[in-house]
Amino acid sequence: MTVKDKVIEIIAEQAVLEPSDVTMDSTLEDLGIDSLGLVESIFAIEEAFDISVPFNANEPEQSDFDISSVSTIVAGIEKLVAEQTA
Amino acid sequence: MKRVVITGAGTINALGRGVPATFEAMREGRCGIGELEFRDVERLAIRIGGQVKGYEPEETFNRQQLALYDRFTQFALIAAREAIAQAGLEFHGDLADRSGVVLGTSGGGLTTQDENYRSVYEEGKNRVHPFVVPKLMNNAAASHVSMEFNLRGPTFTVATACASSNHAMGLAFQMVRSGACPAMITGGSESMLCFGGVKAWEGLRVMSKDACRPFSANRNGMVQGEGAGVYVFEEYEHARARGADILAEVVGFAMTSDAADIVMPSKQGAARAISGALRDGGIDRDEVGYINAHGTGTAANDKTECAAVADAMGPQADRLMISSTKSMHGHCIGGTGAVELLACIMALRDGVIAPTINHEEFDAECALDVVPNEAREADVSVVLSNAFAFGGLNAVLALRKV
Repeated sequence: MTVKDKVIEIIAEQAVLEPSDVTMDSTLEDLGIDSLGLVESIFAIEEAFDISVPFNANEPEQSDFDISSVSTIVAGIEKLVAEQTA
Repeated sequence: MKRVVITGAGTINALGRGVPATFEAMREGRCGIGELEFRDVERLAIRIGGQVKGYEPEETFNRQQLALYDRFTQFALIAAREAIAQAGLEFHGDLADRSGVVLGTSGGGLTTQDENYRSVYEEGKNRVHPFVVPKLMNNAAASHVSMEFNLRGPTFTVATACASSNHAMGLAFQMVRSGACPAMITGGSESMLCFGGVKAWEGLRVMSKDACRPFSANRNGMVQGEGAGVYVFEEYEHARARGADILAEVVGFAMTSDAADIVMPSKQGAARAISGALRDGGIDRDEVGYINAHGTGTAANDKTECAAVADAMGPQADRLMISSTKSMHGHCIGGTGAVELLACIMALRDGVIAPTINHEEFDAECALDVVPNEAREADVSVVLSNAFAFGGLNAVLALRKV
């Protein structure tokens, strides 16, 4: 399973949707994921890839980690996973 | 209905041991937040807190006591001793039978739990000290205060997360006001600054790694503190008859539940609690000169709290002062309202408004007079103390100058 597929699977589970219903341009709001759901998703992603995601709920826009859509989240995770294996 | 006054106050927190030391630090806008020091701290991402430093338990308590007193109980006893000594009350006979203790705490003996879980799970030990249960239970602090001072009336603990102390003090107020109790020892205590305590908070991703900056546009989260605040709430005529020095009068209290979200605050729930406390105390909102804010320094709390104050106070919101002393002592969780009530007493007694320190950038969503960075002299006659807890539980106290 690719990083992208795994991230989508985690987000879909949080949103109680099928992975096929989660598109790359969806926002978390579109998917009905609130702040608590986001924090829980990030936890699941960290556990799945054994990485640490720099995300502070107080300043989402200032984190290095961009949560504005599924595609930016996937890109952020791919980068963190690549950095970890490098 | 009886009138209720405060005749004693005590504390230990990151700003100092004792009320005079804490008042001095608040007047000077000193920051008690620094590097955390405890086992395994290097495994945490969040390594700052308002920790009580330079405190050696052995200097205050003997070995037998320390076998039974978790750090949160030690803090409660230190604060209670100061408060009751100031009040000059001794509890015998009917006074002892009808006076009790209501304290707030969220985690109770969390340090004891942390140490003993580590011992059995990580270190694989198969035996724990026989006093683990009486040491960790949430009511341990209230019980030890009752035992030390012979308080034989209603005694219990209130746990409503960050509003625990305000709920506790509100209940104590109601018990004295109703005539059920001539005096109540009340406030709260917390000591969550251990590896497990901070790790749990870290998981929520609402903690700041560098500073607590309430109401500042660049705020980035809360910073945890620890400590206790304990007060003697006494029936007014009882206090007057014995010539007690009255620090302030407790005049109103209200509590509400958002009934909405387990972590996100609600403007309506907070505003209803503020308005309720005014109504309960028969207070005209134009009389309110100062509000000690819940002011956690999170994005969500501070803007919601300012909106709630604006709603509940109307035009007076732009005239009153509101500050968060959490910027100095950190968020003492279940003990926080009790530590913060000191700022309310200082405002009424000394005419000094404690500042919100670390305020660096104006935030249009927190457009009230937040007393940035420097204490201010002001004559105020009515003050409020806000506490808005996770779980959507809100508790607001109103105090008046005597």
